[in-house]
Amino acid sequence: MPASHLSLPRLSLRFVHVWRRNRLVWKKLAIPSMLGNLADPMLYMLGLGYGLGAMLPEVGGMAYITFLAAGTVCSSTMMSASFESMYSSFSRMHVQRTWDAIMIAPVLLEDVIVGEAVWAASKAFLSGTAVLVVAAALGLVGSALALWVLPLVFLTGLAFAGLGLVMTSLSPSYDFFMYYFTLAVTPMMLASGVFFPVEQLPGWLQTAAHALPLTHAIALARPLMTDTVPEAIGAHLTVLAAYAAVSLYAALVLARRRLLE
Amino acid sequence: MSHLTVSGLRKSYGGMEVVAGLDLDLEPGVCFGLLGPNGAGKTTTLRLCLGLTDPDAGDIRMLGFPVPGRAREARRRVGVVSQVDNLDPDFTVRENLLVYGRYFGLASRDLEARLPGLLEFAGLTARGESRIQALSGGMKRRLTLARALVNDPQLIFLDEPSTGLDPQARHLIWERLRKLTSEGRTILLTTHFMDEAERLCHRVAIIDHGRKIAEGAPRDLVAQHIEPQVVEVYGDGAESWADGYGRGASERCEKTGETVFCYTRDADAIVHRLERDPRLRYLHRPANLEDVFLKLTGRELRD
Repeated sequence: MPASHLSLPRLSLRFVHVWRRNRLVWKKLAIPSMLGNLADPMLYMLGLGYGLGAMLPEVGGMAYITFLAAGTVCSSTMMSASFESMYSSFSRMHVQRTWDAIMIAPVLLEDVIVGEAVWAASKAFLSGTAVLVVAAALGLVGSALALWVLPLVFLTGLAFAGLGLVMTSLSPSYDFFMYYFTLAVTPMMLASGVFFPVEQLPGWLQTAAHALPLTHAIALARPLMTDTVPEAIGAHLTVLAAYAAVSLYAALVLARRRLLE
Repeated sequence: MSHLTVSGLRKSYGGMEVVAGLDLDLEPGVCFGLLGPNGAGKTTTLRLCLGLTDPDAGDIRMLGFPVPGRAREARRRVGVVSQVDNLDPDFTVRENLLVYGRYFGLASRDLEARLPGLLEFAGLTARGESRIQALSGGMKRRLTLARALVNDPQLIFLDEPSTGLDPQARHLIWERLRKLTSEGRTILLTTHFMDEAERLCHRVAIIDHGRKIAEGAPRDLVAQHIEPQVVEVYGDGAESWADGYGRGASERCEKTGETVFCYTRDADAIVHRLERDPRLRYLHRPANLEDVFLKLTGRELRD
């Protein structure tokens, strides 16, 4: 691999052109896309929250549906960012050759990668926010402190978009993404405190869970949604930001290797 | 000042030298053809010139900017029609032009003003709201060409612009390209259709195995490299006819598939003899660029 592929990105606002392109496509199908994104997490939250929750005493010091609300905000953010940055970005990169067309304009690959990541994070933001709004309407949100969840959701979306773009840059076909969902997304759903507290896990698995970005997102979102100031805010944000930065750089290097050779 | 200069350009992939020391110089307003068989290094050369791939060696200057160092700045006044269709299938014809113009940092208002002219150039004025999937192959090519003009480029790259088009569509594309050079724009065109190069290009370079093996005006290359007349002979008996007579009666005689090509300064005797042989079909014509191309790059099949 030539050394130029490892060079740091030359960041600029040109990524907005790429973001606007994706938004224009999305606008044509916004309502069904939103509903589709919202339906799945809501069904889990309401079904498990009210169904299973009726059989449980408190979980993590609160009603189960309340516990589940914070987890659902973060997991739907993860899902939305992952789908967009893998299946949709892969379509644009590999199938439609949209990235190739953009890169013969005065736009760099880093602009494309950042544009795709910010776009996926924007869609994830809408998904997470939609769940938050429904949770608030159901009386599952403690106070206005929950508004801090909005920037958190965007940062979480960016971290998962970066990871998804790494997979996209490596992927030979759509089937490849199943590995990531099976080996990364599903274990994260189960180990990061979406459905039950991380403390229920065996010690070694708890340690592993603390390496996962979703764990840190939920560790911030759950207290914020139940009127509590979270602990170790800086540490959690640092992990999420590091995931975003490192994965986006890795995605750029891998995409350069794939597209600029 | 030249719009594009390339000197000593080299690029290898996995030990295979795809571009092996190439020099090019494109004066403003010229239509320059890069000709070569499949795998000769044409598309790689275009990618190198655009700064999409870093060369192993050599210098490129495009519109005054060094490439790849400042390729992005150079691309502001460059248009590209690539070989594979990469129109945006999620958009209409108009949206394709608008969105593409934004990648150049052009304001929506300026783009709206340019749009009718571009649609007219592409012959798609009535199809502005059509989806891409509804367009024919020729319409897509014309739209790709119009898209490449959205930034008013000084230099236009065309990678096999008429591949897959029917004759009507090819003629229309050629007419549009001539209009562009008459406006003073520079064109770098790759093709392996020699009739296309002969019609459009002021100058051509024939490249093979990454090296330039000839360069000049098409007419000069024909005069320089080939006898002026050709008789093509087809059919079952062509080969035995060539062995018995054709080879001796012409300066050079070659066989491709089931066709024998006799190259000569004076074809009268050959034609006279063929007229009396009802088993054989033949064509007597002046030599063209394809004859030069086949002579210089050989007749064996390339993949």
